[in-house]
Amino acid sequence: MTSVLSRPAAVVRPTAAGRRNPRRRRHALTGMLYAAPTAFMVGAFFVVPLGLVAYMSLHRWPLLGLPTLNAPANYTGLADDRLLRDAAGFTLTYTVIITVLLFASSLGMALLVQRRRRGTGFLRTVFFLPAAVGFASASLLFLGLLSAEIGPFGGVISVSDSGGTALGAAILLVLWRFAGFNMLILLTGLQAVPTEVYEAARLDGANRWQTFTSITLPLMRSTIALVLTLIVTGSLLAFDQFWILTRGGPDNSTTSLVMVVYRKAFIELDLGSAAAVSVALLAVLVVVSLAQLAVLRTRSAP
Amino acid sequence: MKLLHPVTGGALAILFLFPLLWSGYASVRTADGFGLENYARLFTDDSGIRLYHVVNSLTVALLTVGGTLLVATLGGYAFGRFSFPGRDALFLVTLAILMVPYATVLIALYVLLGWIGLEDSLVGLSLVLIMFQLPFAIFMMRNSFAAIPPELEESAQVDGASSVGVLTRVLLPAVRPGLVTVALFAFLSSWSEFFAPLILLNSTDRFTLTLAVVNMRTATFGAIDYAALEAGVTLMALPCLLLFVLLQRSYVRGFMSGALRG
Repeated sequence: MTSVLSRPAAVVRPTAAGRRNPRRRRHALTGMLYAAPTAFMVGAFFVVPLGLVAYMSLHRWPLLGLPTLNAPANYTGLADDRLLRDAAGFTLTYTVIITVLLFASSLGMALLVQRRRRGTGFLRTVFFLPAAVGFASASLLFLGLLSAEIGPFGGVISVSDSGGTALGAAILLVLWRFAGFNMLILLTGLQAVPTEVYEAARLDGANRWQTFTSITLPLMRSTIALVLTLIVTGSLLAFDQFWILTRGGPDNSTTSLVMVVYRKAFIELDLGSAAAVSVALLAVLVVVSLAQLAVLRTRSAP
Repeated sequence: MKLLHPVTGGALAILFLFPLLWSGYASVRTADGFGLENYARLFTDDSGIRLYHVVNSLTVALLTVGGTLLVATLGGYAFGRFSFPGRDALFLVTLAILMVPYATVLIALYVLLGWIGLEDSLVGLSLVLIMFQLPFAIFMMRNSFAAIPPELEESAQVDGASSVGVLTRVLLPAVRPGLVTVALFAFLSSWSEFFAPLILLNSTDRFTLTLAVVNMRTATFGAIDYAALEAGVTLMALPCLLLFVLLQRSYVRGFMSGALRG
């Protein structure tokens, strides 16, 4: 995804330049026509909702009835919302744990199947297979797998026991579901490292570990930044796994930030506060994404 | 290292396959051997699912795949092979969708769909899902179109083909791996999407399969019928796994060359 930053390789350019060249104008008009459905979809279902969620966050917005301006009450209300504070703490803890474990296992798996040998093709498919299963389906699958009723482990881990075991179950589930997907992205980064660089390092007498830390990792910086961003944003938005495994319990100990958005909107019927939480979450996510872009830019600079 | 590989690899393969195999096994295991009783119960119990839930999921998935292919093909063609004022700005805004995960704007989309009379509707849900497919899909299609040598297009134009003719007869066959990847990605994510239907659909008869099965779990306060639940899981996962394995060749190729080039 690094080529987001580069321009398209081949763009049909009109031969004769000139503002009033009719061929050039027709070419531009045709292009705009083809881009029109995209512009409509992005405008109507992305740009407008983005403005709307900000607008909503400044109003008392009941599920039924007319909204009234109450800025900045929705935001000041967030400051002393205990559930939100707990959810933020829990989501952050979960994000840190998942980022470390998921990144380490994805990278390990990528290194394992990096070189073509007998069976690596099969192994890559097997690792990626869980990513084809929907996340909600995977969560339900683990609910049964870890249950005392039908699970093969006789309920060693019971997700309703405590927040700790629920978190453990969610981590297992996320590792299983997403490690292969991240492995595939890391694999493309690994394979983009030119083999000559490795050969030069071998000639210089570098061992396996030195080659990995001083050549492979630095050259994969942009891929690593991408994978880390995907993991961090994905974890900050955790919902399906906790909603399905624990419904946020016991005692709200596994309530994530997105679950707070859902509860405020559809249980407390307060869309304004839900929008305020969304805007705050949005700001954090944009910062994370921009930080990733910054890392990519640094690499592209001469 | 050479010796470690088959052992580690084999153990990991079993670890990754086990949950899938177990789910299939648990869905057909009954009190006295094997059978389809869990599936029967899934479809007949009061809190269970109905055939229309499967139809709803199929409808949403087909609308999303069709819509995404249409918008992304035209958009990718425009971005990859035309220059016009506002092109780069529109492309950047489309990619910015990646930075704004949908969970944060769904509340606004819920209100917006209500305004345009698409509340609680499969079409409204599909429109939202199409929009969130667009950054990946358009990026993929733009790269696919941009990779086609201009000579291919020029020679068709010399032969007198129209702009639409060039697109349908010359360019589309050339971008097929990209189209397959976009279609598969759109199917997998729309078929098994959970959060968007949870927010956007209210009536149980409009629920998608995923929503209906998850509802079985959240609606029960007493004992959960885990065996029926695993039958539901198998029903949700099976089409995805089959499609993925069947289309794997073009999918992985398209994914690796189109989306992650460079």
